[in-house]
Amino acid sequence: MDSVRYDRQGSADRIPLALKILIAGGFGAGKTTMVSALSEVRPLQTEEILTDAGAGTDDLSGVEGKSTTTVAMDFGRITINEDLQVYLFGTPGQDRFWFLWDELAFGALGAVVLADTRRLADCFPSIDYFEQRGVPFVVGVNCFEGSRRFGLEAVRQALDLDPGVPLLLCDARERQSGKLLLISLVEHVARQRGEPVPVA
Amino acid sequence: MRAEPPGPHHEWLDAAAGPVVRPYTLTGGRVRSAVGFDLVALVVADPDAAPTGRPLLPEHRRLVTACRRPVPVAELAAELDLAVGVVRVLLGDLVSRGLVAVHEPPAAAHLPDNDILKAVVNGLRAL
Repeated sequence: MDSVRYDRQGSADRIPLALKILIAGGFGAGKTTMVSALSEVRPLQTEEILTDAGAGTDDLSGVEGKSTTTVAMDFGRITINEDLQVYLFGTPGQDRFWFLWDELAFGALGAVVLADTRRLADCFPSIDYFEQRGVPFVVGVNCFEGSRRFGLEAVRQALDLDPGVPLLLCDARERQSGKLLLISLVEHVARQRGEPVPVA
Repeated sequence: MRAEPPGPHHEWLDAAAGPVVRPYTLTGGRVRSAVGFDLVALVVADPDAAPTGRPLLPEHRRLVTACRRPVPVAELAAELDLAVGVVRVLLGDLVSRGLVAVHEPPAAAHLPDNDILKAVVNGLRAL
């Protein structure tokens, strides 16, 4: 992992900093939509290969001869400045892909969990995951047309959220709305570290 | 990557999974790179390095060309349309031959500091 140490000063070629933020939530909660709305480039897709390693065993012997399958991950990019980029990764929505989450969550700044009030329980696994791993997260209640309007307090209760976890209404299709979620996450991260909340 | 029809032995296979492939043919069956390489680890080619010894695969050369400037692993995989696991193995080859350097992101515990968080918030507000 640490073959080359991270060095912000670098030598002649400055190596920028790339931060990871995860966009999680149940199937159809608007993860890909949010990544698309925020990314400065058409969202990119990458594939991870599923092997038996993902099924909880570490024995990869003979895997080269096996057929396997892949799971696609969407990601997008926001350039903050020439030294700083934020990458948004939509998490795979299936429970059995948890092993990919570990890789995604490693070193991540934090996560946005999108909740759909029509299927609120779908985001429970994401919330559990980030709580257990100590990854800072905020929850965005995606306001789908036709979804019942719940009060935020009712949603907070239903999700059994820690009082410190920011909970916002959002529209995953709107860039401004996604921006507010990300800002809320970064401020939350700063608060959790006991740093003063960054102000513009 | 060659697709093949699913069979009952493919326990991963269902509507949510992608096509069945033999992705590691390209890497000669190697499935592990020497190091992990985070999805946002930045890869940059050494402009002065010249390949010696065994000839490079076309995919190796494409990787070297694609990272003349620092590029994260995930973007390389997307650009070359290769699975991330395969890209990691190929990058491991290139690192061991001194053709590219991989800069891992800092561990979450160390960074980013408050100045960086502030820059991110300001940058997001300016979008």
